[in-house]
Amino acid sequence: MDTSKKVLEVKNLKIDFHTYAGTVKAIRDVSFDLNQGETLAIVGESGSGKTVTTKTIMGLLANNAEVVGGTVEFHGKDILKMGDKDLQNIRGKDIAEIFQDPMTSLDPTMKIGRQIAEPLMIHKGVSKEKAMNRALEMLKLVGIKDAEERINDYPHQFSGGMRQRIVIAIALICNPEVLIADEPTTALDVTIQAQILDLMKELQEKISTSIIFITHDLGVVASMADRVAVMYAGKIVEYGSVDEIFYNPQHPYTWGLLNSMPTLDTAKGQLEPIPGTPPDLLDPPVGDPFAARNPYAMKIDEEQEPPFFKVSESHYAATWLLHPEAPKVTPPAEITRRWKIYDEKFRIESTNDAVGE
Amino acid sequence: MARYLAKRVFYLLLTLFLIASITFFLMKLMPGTPLNNQAKLTKSQIQIIYEQYGLNKPVWQQYIDYMINAAHGNFGTSFQFSNQEVSYLIGSRIGPSATIGIQGMVLGVVLGIVTGSISAIRKNTWVDGTANIISILGLSVPSFVLAIVLQYYIGLKLQWLPVAGWGGFASTVLPSIALAASPFATTSRFVRTEMVDVLGSDYIELAKAKGMSRMGIVYHHALRNSLIPLVTVVGPLAVAIMTGSMVVENIFSIPGIGEQFVKSILTNDYPTIMGVTMLYSGLLVLVLLLTDIIYGIIDPRIRITGKGA
Repeated sequence: MDTSKKVLEVKNLKIDFHTYAGTVKAIRDVSFDLNQGETLAIVGESGSGKTVTTKTIMGLLANNAEVVGGTVEFHGKDILKMGDKDLQNIRGKDIAEIFQDPMTSLDPTMKIGRQIAEPLMIHKGVSKEKAMNRALEMLKLVGIKDAEERINDYPHQFSGGMRQRIVIAIALICNPEVLIADEPTTALDVTIQAQILDLMKELQEKISTSIIFITHDLGVVASMADRVAVMYAGKIVEYGSVDEIFYNPQHPYTWGLLNSMPTLDTAKGQLEPIPGTPPDLLDPPVGDPFAARNPYAMKIDEEQEPPFFKVSESHYAATWLLHPEAPKVTPPAEITRRWKIYDEKFRIESTNDAVGE
Repeated sequence: MARYLAKRVFYLLLTLFLIASITFFLMKLMPGTPLNNQAKLTKSQIQIIYEQYGLNKPVWQQYIDYMINAAHGNFGTSFQFSNQEVSYLIGSRIGPSATIGIQGMVLGVVLGIVTGSISAIRKNTWVDGTANIISILGLSVPSFVLAIVLQYYIGLKLQWLPVAGWGGFASTVLPSIALAASPFATTSRFVRTEMVDVLGSDYIELAKAKGMSRMGIVYHHALRNSLIPLVTVVGPLAVAIMTGSMVVENIFSIPGIGEQFVKSILTNDYPTIMGVTMLYSGLLVLVLLLTDIIYGIIDPRIRITGKGA
């Protein structure tokens, strides 16, 4: 996975939404890439632009959205420049999506077998009979019992968790290279969440697809992702490997997110929310958009937008705190605890390396 | 299912009984008598005719007599239409009414579905706007105005089709169009609303994400989901056709039930009024019952209830 090739590359993406209230700058210069077989998690609050980013990749932006700049390259071809026909050829075949709410994302009047088989019939020109056989295999693969009988059932005859399995079967029937999962477990019970996540991991290994995992649930990220991008106010503010984000976070917003997440070590009453609300993207602030909610904000944060500072080869964060001239600050206790764990782990790894040499 | 049906049929009969009772007394409240236009008759002659038809009895006695006879399938004889039995009168006139009624209904609903769907797909464009205006016209212009306009321009000026009368398919075209206007407008508005709703739903988004073409999505997913609720509107549409037919049949001189109904009201022809009212209400409650049954058949979410039993 280390020397893997890029499947998808998003460069300097900027998207505006034209609304009655004015122009909302929903995505403001977002860049990331996705390697073959990896899982990239995009984390952030509601309204930070996670979903808009994935809709762009699917070519399914709403009518009032305008791509102001940037490219989304899939195997070197810009999706944003493609016509309807080319997009339809990619959708569901090369790039597939799992939606958030399984209760509403299946057609209530169509048998699920047909719904699963549809992408195959559209993209591979497979006969209905063959497609239905594949659908049956998929149904077994996603763990639906008595698949032979249930293939002729309608969505309302399944529970939420089962429906999400069906949605996953639809997404994976064409063995897509990229799978976008937009909060696929948010609408499910916690016990079912774990099952669905396990299933996704299992299937990812089987068909070696790359996953973009959109979520605001850091617990899910820790168990699913290889890399993490943290989004705030239409920008990526920090990205790195899952270990780097969880144990060596550098951006105060990432600190805030981690600090507001309960862990086994959290004492009662210790959860700390991030104060305030995200900025209004009708009129984005100058400088660091997080400055207003950031207890560590400096004067420069209100004047100038921070560039990405390199933390390691794979880890970058956009905060002035990483500037060589910035004063040293002490992050919240929870973060220093995590830093310590990272230090220990890192030291052990480097001694291992030394032994190896 | 059988229990459900039995219950529904019981309520259906109860409804018909209530309609018959209310109509009977309302009808008796109307001014005038069946012999209004017979100025030449003497008092004693009128007395004889009244006795012959039982009209001299108290109203409640007449009501009981009528109900008992009706329960035995005897709806009496008409006062006006050459003393024919009401059931025969209706039977001989139902053909033309049914012909233009069914043609009007099919034409209106099919055109309505097409227009409504196109409106929804091209939402907020000039196509949608035009369809909207036509639908509102269809709802607000009374069928008799449309009928006269059609007669004048297509029948008289262009001479493409007969102005009035009965005979052959050509004579059914204009009345059918006049009748179709209201169901067309209702269907078109209804389908547009449903389809706009459906097109914004998550499963349509998923269909797009599958890579389906726009037409494929409309045909395979949007159409069926927006048309299922249309079944619930069929009842009211049938009413529109039936009430519309009374006027339209008169304007086009079609020997149908509607024309006869209007005449029978004008002449206080009690047995005919009752007979036609019962026919209309019978058809209506039957349509409503069928609607519920059909809804259960085509919507899988309702159908399932019968499966376990």
